[in-house]
Amino acid sequence: MTGRMVNISKKWGFHGVEALKNASPLYKMTMAIFALLALAGAAVGLHGMITGYHHVYGVTREISWGLLISAYIFCVVTSTGLCIISSIGHVFGGEAYMPIAKRAVFMSIMFMFGGFCIIFFDIENPFRMAIWNVISPNFVSNMWWMGTLYGMYLVFMIIEYYFLLDQNHTLSRLMGFFGLVVGIAAHSNLGAVFGMLHGRPFWYGPYLPIYFIFSAAMSGGCAILFFTTLGWRINPEIMNQRMERAIKAITQVTIFLISVIIFFTIWKIITGMVSEGKHLVIMSFLTGDYAINFWVFEIFLGMVLPLYLLIRSRGNNFNLILWATGLMMIGIFFMRYDIVIPGQMESVYHSLGVEEAKDMLTYTPSFHEIMASLFGIGFIGLAYFAGEKMLNGHQLEKHEIVPDGGYICPGCGAIHFMEEGETEDDAMKRHHRIW
Amino acid sequence: MKFPNINFDTLKNEGTSSVTPQERRKFLKLGLAVAGVYAGGKVLSLTSLVGTAHASGGANIVEKFPYNPHYSMVIRQSLCIDCEKCVEACNKTNHVPEYGYRTRILTKKYSGSLDKQVEFIPVLCNHCNDAPCVRACPTRATYKDPVTGIVRMDSKKCIGCKTCMLACPYDARYFSAERHAVDKCDFCWEERLSKGETQTGCSAACPTGARTFGNLTDPDNIVYKLVHQLEEQVWVLRPADDTKPNIFYMKGNMRSVDNILNEQKFKYYDPNKA
Repeated sequence: MTGRMVNISKKWGFHGVEALKNASPLYKMTMAIFALLALAGAAVGLHGMITGYHHVYGVTREISWGLLISAYIFCVVTSTGLCIISSIGHVFGGEAYMPIAKRAVFMSIMFMFGGFCIIFFDIENPFRMAIWNVISPNFVSNMWWMGTLYGMYLVFMIIEYYFLLDQNHTLSRLMGFFGLVVGIAAHSNLGAVFGMLHGRPFWYGPYLPIYFIFSAAMSGGCAILFFTTLGWRINPEIMNQRMERAIKAITQVTIFLISVIIFFTIWKIITGMVSEGKHLVIMSFLTGDYAINFWVFEIFLGMVLPLYLLIRSRGNNFNLILWATGLMMIGIFFMRYDIVIPGQMESVYHSLGVEEAKDMLTYTPSFHEIMASLFGIGFIGLAYFAGEKMLNGHQLEKHEIVPDGGYICPGCGAIHFMEEGETEDDAMKRHHRIW
Repeated sequence: MKFPNINFDTLKNEGTSSVTPQERRKFLKLGLAVAGVYAGGKVLSLTSLVGTAHASGGANIVEKFPYNPHYSMVIRQSLCIDCEKCVEACNKTNHVPEYGYRTRILTKKYSGSLDKQVEFIPVLCNHCNDAPCVRACPTRATYKDPVTGIVRMDSKKCIGCKTCMLACPYDARYFSAERHAVDKCDFCWEERLSKGETQTGCSAACPTGARTFGNLTDPDNIVYKLVHQLEEQVWVLRPADDTKPNIFYMKGNMRSVDNILNEQKFKYYDPNKA
């Protein structure tokens, strides 16, 4: 570490709490709203925990996974997606995607924490989980693997983020690779949590694990576009030629991924219509209780509108991209909801033709469930706005403040530091070596 | 290719005397095995190894069942009158809270049938041999008892993720706030069977004999007899899920079943009238 005694604020781009104090009143107010949302959510969630969830939650014996699981899935899907999209750049060396890495990995970690916040209020005995997951593991349970793999994923992402800040490209790349592998495993396994319940025909099969990965990549593209263009609105200085190129590249890949999801959705509907176990649920999407969720939110807001707007934006109209991806985030939330709830709508005894299971089961989220979900969402919002200021818009440092011993890398545009007696050339080779 | 030219008309009858008893027995066994597979195979194959055990017959059965005693219940649907005494007994025995249930009786209505318009179907945990809930549980809080095959709960390990409730194709589980864990039917193991009783709360309370509980490995037991007969159809719920359930269903109102069971004393069976 000789010759690398550099001020952390310069090297990491860490501007500390000072940056928050200097923010505009409107910015502070936005942060306060998210902070209040998170606090209120946590308070209501704790109230539910003390009084007993079965008194305050809308979930029942038959529909036992409700809004909280949907919100949890929304968060972890976005987290995995951010990891997948950012890995194109800083793991696989796609030049154009490199500048978004820091923001993407930061938000990926925050979404993961947000997801954990939400599921904390869904699991009935979260404290037992820490003990019995370790001393009594069931290796054939998807649920066990989900907890384990997401835990590992979070650790890898945090280490990766540290090395990204520290500009150790070799190790950040290595950790990013492990994070990606574990993330893909964790996320497809989350699909399998649903896909391996063979008593639930709407979920059962290899479709969900595969769909979850592509859907995550789409969410990741959407999220990074949204958070980068929003960051641009907050601080226009973050946009430069390299960032513009990155936005353009990610817009293209997001358009492609939306098309993939449209393709997936079309075949889900068509194959479901001829399946006895899925027919009722599919019809409730097309014409029944879930028609608004499906047509307005999932199809229009989640796919068709962003597809149109992103194509119109040509990747350089940032305001249009901000609107398209903002609405798409709402659509994606409903996409997750439409996986979790409808899968439980048909009672297991429906096919028996008994009176008790004649009608589809219904579920309405309760106030407590909505607030507990907002705990996670509020936390993510707060973390985002705090991060934009404290980490100076996740920028690589600018030219005029290149610290001693550092130089602008002609390859990636970041600041690299030379070891003692090293030339710039050697330093660049060291920073950009794969292993 | 040339075929040997055999003229069957001129062949001499060898007679049955040349067939050894061993060979004859083997042939008959084969016939029984084939008939067993065709007639009873659909249901019997749902219990691990019972198909082969049934065909080979005799004492082998006891060894070939996966559990011993292999607890099982046969529900004779036509005898159920929806008195709900079983549900009451279950709630009382197992301290089931108001918002939950371990067993219930479903109602199926028919129109246009001549004999009856309604049928009652008691449902409970099927104690599946391939239980989806056991696979789904992350902490092995729910498990197959290695001796009896009962699907039981280790409440202290339950984290309350509710995956088992969704994995169960029989809606047999609910989250009990009192136990801080998922609760389900355990064939009254904790409250009755482990204390020496031989009947579950529900089967003991059933006034018509619609619920018959017993040991599937014991050829003298009623459930063994009801399952191992060919005259009346025996089925399980949701067979396509392939969970190998241990709750068997039959109509149970046929004379042939009574004949098989005429040694067995039933509540509805009056030996003086027979």
